[in-house]
Amino acid sequence: MQKSLLLGVEAIAQGAIDGGMSGVYAYPGTPSTEITEYIQHSKQAQQLNIHRDWAANEKTAMESALGMSYAGKRSMVCMKHVGLNVAADCFMNAAITGANGGMLIVVADDPSMHSSQNEQDSRVYGKFAMMPILEPSNQQEAYDMARFGFELSEACEIPVLMRITTRLAHSRAGVTRAAEVVAQNDMKLPEDKVQFVLLPGIARKRYKLLLNNQAKFETASEESPYNSYTEGTDKSMGIIACGLGYNYLMENYPNGDCPYPVVKISQYPIPRTMIQKITSECDKVMVLEEGYPVVEEMLKGYLEKEAVIGRLDGTLSRDGELKPEMVGRALGFDVEEGAEVPNLVSARPPALCVGCSHIDVYTALNEVVAEYGEGRVFADIGCYTLGALPPFNAINSCVDMGASVTMAKGAADAGLIPSVAVIGDSTFTHSGMTGLLDAVNEKTPITVIISDNESISMTGGQHSSAKGKLESICEGLGVEPEHLHVLTAVPKKRDDLKDLLRKEFEYQGVSVIIPRRVCVQKNVRDQKIKKAAKAKAAAKA
Amino acid sequence: MVIAGVGGQGILSIAAALGSAALENDLYMKQAETHGMSQRGGDVQSFMRISDKPIYSDLIPAGGADIILSVEPMEALRYLPYLKKGGYVVTNSTPFVNIPDYPEMEKLEKTIKDLPNYVLIDADKIAEETTGSKRAFNFVMLGAASPFIDVPFEYLEAGIRKIFERKGEEVIEMNIKALHAGRKFAEENK
Repeated sequence: MQKSLLLGVEAIAQGAIDGGMSGVYAYPGTPSTEITEYIQHSKQAQQLNIHRDWAANEKTAMESALGMSYAGKRSMVCMKHVGLNVAADCFMNAAITGANGGMLIVVADDPSMHSSQNEQDSRVYGKFAMMPILEPSNQQEAYDMARFGFELSEACEIPVLMRITTRLAHSRAGVTRAAEVVAQNDMKLPEDKVQFVLLPGIARKRYKLLLNNQAKFETASEESPYNSYTEGTDKSMGIIACGLGYNYLMENYPNGDCPYPVVKISQYPIPRTMIQKITSECDKVMVLEEGYPVVEEMLKGYLEKEAVIGRLDGTLSRDGELKPEMVGRALGFDVEEGAEVPNLVSARPPALCVGCSHIDVYTALNEVVAEYGEGRVFADIGCYTLGALPPFNAINSCVDMGASVTMAKGAADAGLIPSVAVIGDSTFTHSGMTGLLDAVNEKTPITVIISDNESISMTGGQHSSAKGKLESICEGLGVEPEHLHVLTAVPKKRDDLKDLLRKEFEYQGVSVIIPRRVCVQKNVRDQKIKKAAKAKAAAKA
Repeated sequence: MVIAGVGGQGILSIAAALGSAALENDLYMKQAETHGMSQRGGDVQSFMRISDKPIYSDLIPAGGADIILSVEPMEALRYLPYLKKGGYVVTNSTPFVNIPDYPEMEKLEKTIKDLPNYVLIDADKIAEETTGSKRAFNFVMLGAASPFIDVPFEYLEAGIRKIFERKGEEVIEMNIKALHAGRKFAEENK
């Protein structure tokens, strides 16, 4: 069959569509965004009427996916690793309610922090929730595992976590699609009418069931087509390779002639029999895993009774993503690197685009803040985080989605006045609104700048849930109309913005200023789409 | 092959043409690329691997690349640790200056010319001269790298044909012309 050239994320999307999914729910976040975008652009998804709109945040997305599973249909929710923190409340409890229709939770981790605040490993969450985990090692597995994940979820009656990392997410390879598309489930409510009611009395029973099911999940891992034990002749060492770790191992044995026994793990909980065999037969075990030393720590134990090497003892770097040459060195190969990078090569960090509206905001803000003294600007997550870099050096924090508003509040409570929050439109509706309510309720003297470019820009210009709603949301939360201002973010209005900032910095209550201009990249894309639509219409006429 | 450039320069179209060429001819391929934050004018790279045997790693090991193809001269040098001994650097000579501390062109050119195997090509100029537009400079670059890529040249033409299928014959012809012009330059200047 003809292969399709797909990114890892696209393979998951196509696998879910072909696997009988009725809906995807997600908030954009690198490296997970393209899963949902692929489904949004898929004609097949359109014909099958699969739900595919963006959600306001990862928590609302996961809850909606759980609701679809409750109603008996197959659902998928996608996010980046830190998004799982936002959705963690639902995630932990969904392991206890269990699933009705198959539910796949796809979380894309970003080891080495290419586009993130941390490199947390979602497998830790999976273990925490005691949920089965899938970790594809290549694009074909990513495709196959989407369907397999739905089946596993229905067989084990629990949502299944699929954990991927940046390299698989954003690497393309040929993928063979299944010959048949699975039909969507009919709606079918849970037989147990209180299964999803986590009152203490019910939750205790459901939790016991989850504990009792662990053996079943382990059996599923033992029998999984994605876990394997390969014999080796040299038992001085055994190798346990998880997810992408398997690729970096095999990269060093291109003819498949690895002398050591190998356990390949792409489904968790870890397959106990295979692990017992390799640890008992080999003198020591090397664990290759992308992200945290999750499996390594389990096997080694606090008392270090097993001879296990990997990221914890320095055989491999404790942080950052695995690399083929790093694994090669750990295996004892000589790796001959190329020439060093010449000194004249300068760093080229990302920057705000020419003509970006955030530039107008920071230019004005910097001038006014200078009058009061630096160190009072709490920012958030989006393109405007680049305001931390030269030439702006305009912001003093970037922690998590929505933290600008509440950190400004806490600092104001401590006496830092004026205290300023800078947040984007979509980040505000993602997680900024509730913090603003806290400030309004206490009349905290903060100035919140919602730098509105009418788009989720950093991830590629997705639809912002805030579009057309910001003023009414702020008023509804109780921001006084005379301290709520909207103006166009353009160079010739910078003086107006500066005057507003000065005025509101003096106000001893909550002020919200919304400088607004559509993202320059989004604008170009929208014009292209318009032009294409016009040309199409003209061709038809 | 490491394909290098700056976010927004469109290096992924080069990778797409190559990838399509590989897949159409039943070769194995893997291509890792940069999305997200660094796309905003930062340095970006794509790792392209093509083989007649299965490929495991999405990343090229340090010292494992046969070619660095860069659409920008300084970016070519950033990936030297990935280049094999005897490997080729094929780079555009037109700089993309969006940082205050961009190196002096003379020094940059000298560093490139000190490399054992290189092709330094003004792809923007050649694209403009042969097609009337700078837009096809990416395929001038692919053409310039083609003598060092162990994939038949016709496959590359077919790859371009495939990725621009929907844009019409004119766009296809323009890019194929650019491909030939780049190859010709490399043959004469390698």
